[in-house]
Amino acid sequence: MSAILDNLDLYWSGFLTTVSLSVLAALLAFALGTVLAAFRVSPFPPLAGFGTAYVETVRNTPLTVLWFFMVFGLPLLNLTLPSFFVAGVLALGLYTAAFVCEAVRSGINSVSAGQAEAARAIGLTFTQSLRLVVLPQAFRTVVPPLGNVWIALVKNSSIGAAFAVTEITAVATRLANSNPADVIAVFLGAAVAYLVLTLSSGLALEIIERRVVVLR
Amino acid sequence: MSDQTVLYDHLGPKGRRNVRIGTAVGAVFLLGLIALALVQLQQSGQLEGERWAILFDPDTGVPQGLMRALLATLRAAVVAMALSMLLGALLAVGRLSEHAWVRVPITAVVQFFRGVPLLLLILFAYLALPQLGIDLNLFWTLVVGLTAYNMAVLGEIFRAGILSVDRGQWEAAYALGLRKSQVMRLVLVPQAVRRMLPAIVSQLVTLLKDTSLGFIIGYFELLRQGRAYVEFYGARYGLQIYVAVAIIYISVNLMLSLLARWLDKRTSRSPKAAAVELPDEYEPVVPLGRE
Repeated sequence: MSAILDNLDLYWSGFLTTVSLSVLAALLAFALGTVLAAFRVSPFPPLAGFGTAYVETVRNTPLTVLWFFMVFGLPLLNLTLPSFFVAGVLALGLYTAAFVCEAVRSGINSVSAGQAEAARAIGLTFTQSLRLVVLPQAFRTVVPPLGNVWIALVKNSSIGAAFAVTEITAVATRLANSNPADVIAVFLGAAVAYLVLTLSSGLALEIIERRVVVLR
Repeated sequence: MSDQTVLYDHLGPKGRRNVRIGTAVGAVFLLGLIALALVQLQQSGQLEGERWAILFDPDTGVPQGLMRALLATLRAAVVAMALSMLLGALLAVGRLSEHAWVRVPITAVVQFFRGVPLLLLILFAYLALPQLGIDLNLFWTLVVGLTAYNMAVLGEIFRAGILSVDRGQWEAAYALGLRKSQVMRLVLVPQAVRRMLPAIVSQLVTLLKDTSLGFIIGYFELLRQGRAYVEFYGARYGLQIYVAVAIIYISVNLMLSLLARWLDKRTSRSPKAAAVELPDEYEPVVPLGRE
């Protein structure tokens, strides 16, 4: 137990790193994923093709491999990222964007055709009808899947432990190695930190869901 | 809104011309990017045939090693898949139990393992289990971690499947006088599994991808093997080996994903697939009149 109490500050800084890593990656993923989803439904074949190719490739690559490329692969191409944290944000963001894209796309598909037809009928262009009519409704139906993507993202951020980002898992590993007697308590502490994030996100999601979801 | 064309008009001559121009510009842009990347690679000498040859030359041991690593990856994945499906089914049944003393603790177990990162579980198996006197080799460490996480996720999928079976099914089964275990085993589980097959397969794809976490504890799967080769043969061959590892992972996963999609299409084609299915011999294998 003392291993946790003596190192609360370490846990706290690890917690903050996990949160900031996840939030930044989520911002990147949500922005990129929405753009990719718009690509995939657009009338331009090259854009649609690019969107599909991106999603298929990234979804089938393990995150560890992608992260590994950011850290060990890019330097071989004479590109070096400013820090391990940035590499983490990029890897997590680029990876999660594919899942966001799929969630948003299924949301777009769930908006009834009449909405888009009406938007077209009153003379809105493709961009306008997507931006003003379809996407705002699509976002409401994708709250639950996007929430799940966010929770998965928080859990995935733990892979940072292997690539020199000192988030919760890295803190736990370090403490486990330095306090062999308290290993179980150390890991339970890290598990609680994650559960605080994932369970509270789950609760928040339920509340948001109840407020915004439209029934069809 | 499955018909995407509703978002834009059927294109007229001008629109079609714009699309053609856009396509051409896009293609040129993309080709330009590829060319730029190739030039960059060429200048740093990454395209030299000799650097890529290492992947195919049996004398270096690289192709055999990568094949061995792929088998190690698949072996861990398959064992973990089998165990987590089995335990997942038990957890699902436990969560649906009528007895609170079974249901409540099992629900807590499922929520715990689902809410914690997989890597934390693997590291726990790696660092903490030996302290408890359970000494596992790397293979079983990885399998235990993978199983602990995926049994909870698969359990939830099974549970959702069982709950989605029409109540008439189990009412009828009880009316016939089947026991609780028989209803579950003979009526609910077969239908639930068939209905949930796409979700199950896509979770198995995730599991296969997650075996790459074995890299972190030093299990010799693809990524760790690739890293070892790069350390052995030098950074000169780094890009080539990492690209090969990525391609192997992507192609194996893509095959499984395609299988999932095919299953999805097959089950969604007939909404009653779960309830009625024609025996196989009803499907003519060779179309009549063609030899």
